[in-house]
Amino acid sequence: MITLLLFVFVLAMFLGFELITKVPSQLHTPLMSGCNAISGITIVAALLSAGKGNGGFTIFLGTLAVMFAMINVVGGYLVTDRMLSMFTRKGDK
Amino acid sequence: MSLGFIGFLYIVSAILFVLGIKMLGSADTARRGNMLSALGMLIAVVATMGNQGMSYTWIIIAGIIGAIVGGTAGRMVKMTAMPELVGLFNGFGGLASLIVAWAEYHSGRIGLTAFTSVAIVLTTIIGGITFSGSLVAFGKLTEKIPGKPILYKGQQLANGGLLALALLFAILFICNPEGMYFVFILVILVALVLGVLSVIPIGGADMPVVICLLNSYSGLAACFAGFIISNNVLIVAGSLVGASGLILTKIMCKAMNRSLANVLFSGFGAVTEGGGGGGGGYQGEANPISASDAYYILEAATSVVFVPGYGMAVAQAQHAVRELGDLLEANGAEVNYCIHPVAGRMPGHMNVLLAEANVPYEQLLEPQDSNPTMTMTDVAIVIGANDVVNPAAKEDESSPLYGMPIIEVDQARTCIVLKRSLNPGFAGVDNPLFFKDNTRMLFGDAKATVSELVAEFKES
Repeated sequence: MITLLLFVFVLAMFLGFELITKVPSQLHTPLMSGCNAISGITIVAALLSAGKGNGGFTIFLGTLAVMFAMINVVGGYLVTDRMLSMFTRKGDK
Repeated sequence: MSLGFIGFLYIVSAILFVLGIKMLGSADTARRGNMLSALGMLIAVVATMGNQGMSYTWIIIAGIIGAIVGGTAGRMVKMTAMPELVGLFNGFGGLASLIVAWAEYHSGRIGLTAFTSVAIVLTTIIGGITFSGSLVAFGKLTEKIPGKPILYKGQQLANGGLLALALLFAILFICNPEGMYFVFILVILVALVLGVLSVIPIGGADMPVVICLLNSYSGLAACFAGFIISNNVLIVAGSLVGASGLILTKIMCKAMNRSLANVLFSGFGAVTEGGGGGGGGYQGEANPISASDAYYILEAATSVVFVPGYGMAVAQAQHAVRELGDLLEANGAEVNYCIHPVAGRMPGHMNVLLAEANVPYEQLLEPQDSNPTMTMTDVAIVIGANDVVNPAAKEDESSPLYGMPIIEVDQARTCIVLKRSLNPGFAGVDNPLFFKDNTRMLFGDAKATVSELVAEFKES
């Protein structure tokens, strides 16, 4: 199991490096804020702590984590979309 | 839902993240890419909610609060305040990962093997540094904390000592995780302090690097949280973000011709103050002009390039600049905007502001596109940029900026610099550009000055 997880980790890191290398600098901000929203994936772990916690304190921590991760996810995607909606080509408007 | 089906949905969402990031790399597909990645997130959340035996009350309350807070902030924020908001969101992501690690440690249900203990400690340290570091970056960007580097004697020693302490606690914890609740709390505290102390010495203009790096950390924290609960979608999404953040960090460092270590530890700007600062380093006389002088120069120009910097963001001058650009185009000039990768307070900051002001994407150039034609450009207008147009970076080997790729506005036939005063820029380095024969200084607030020029064009 452990090797499998590490295997996935290493491959995903390489994939990440390959995906990003050729992004024009005009798009650096939306790319960064879009990635920032993706890092909110930790919400999955937070949901499991909050929803299947085996004690009051675990559930409390999980709930807190769900809230912060949710701010990250919703805010991050919204802001990125707002920014990208402004990038227009000549004659688009 | 069965575990197999949940696993399948996780694969779908991982694919959507990969496609989403790929599409974010090109202007035509970026918006759809972001939506795909949001869809991936939604699928991952729904799949997780479908686990057997979940209780939903608290999740729904917390989720709604988070969605309202994040949604409101994301909708209301001004484009000029974007760097600090992205920084803050990022910090919350890191905090969420830290809390998840704590919750899993507290519940103990995952079984504390050496592997999960390492994952818990790493998630906690990286999440903690991301959170408190992002808060300090937020403070610096909103100027609640001084933007200048804050340095003191023995700073690096203190930070090094703290890092060693964090490692020591980490090892203690990993050796015997069961009985080490106290040490775990200490790890959290040390990580939080470390985040504050490592961002405090970094100056405002180096923020693009810091924000990228913190972004990368928040991804890695999520990734390590995935190791704690053996969840592949966290590992995949987290490491994608971690990798992309590292690459952006590298690009930013390259654009400043400095190593990451130099950015993080040197307190650039504060140290050079004794040397080149004060404004006496370069001899010569600047040529100040009035707005109407500038109007005559621009009126005759057939090609104009705008070079914006952080000063344009501070003055909120982007709309006025675009209006001037449109008038120049109507007057028959070819207008472009050349943007240095590190101009502003986050990567691509100026691009976002000009896009907000409806400047078409094709007119936003990178230095390598714009520099070769600079000698054929009639007028280069520098708006609130300084270090990124400093010719000392090419000419003066003793300059701290030497070797940094710049926008060569000094090569244009005329260069008009909009600036509040002759003070050196963030780096505290004098700018010989101001004293060149083909440079004209137009003093004043960027927005007011540009509006004056717009008025001159409209009157004629």
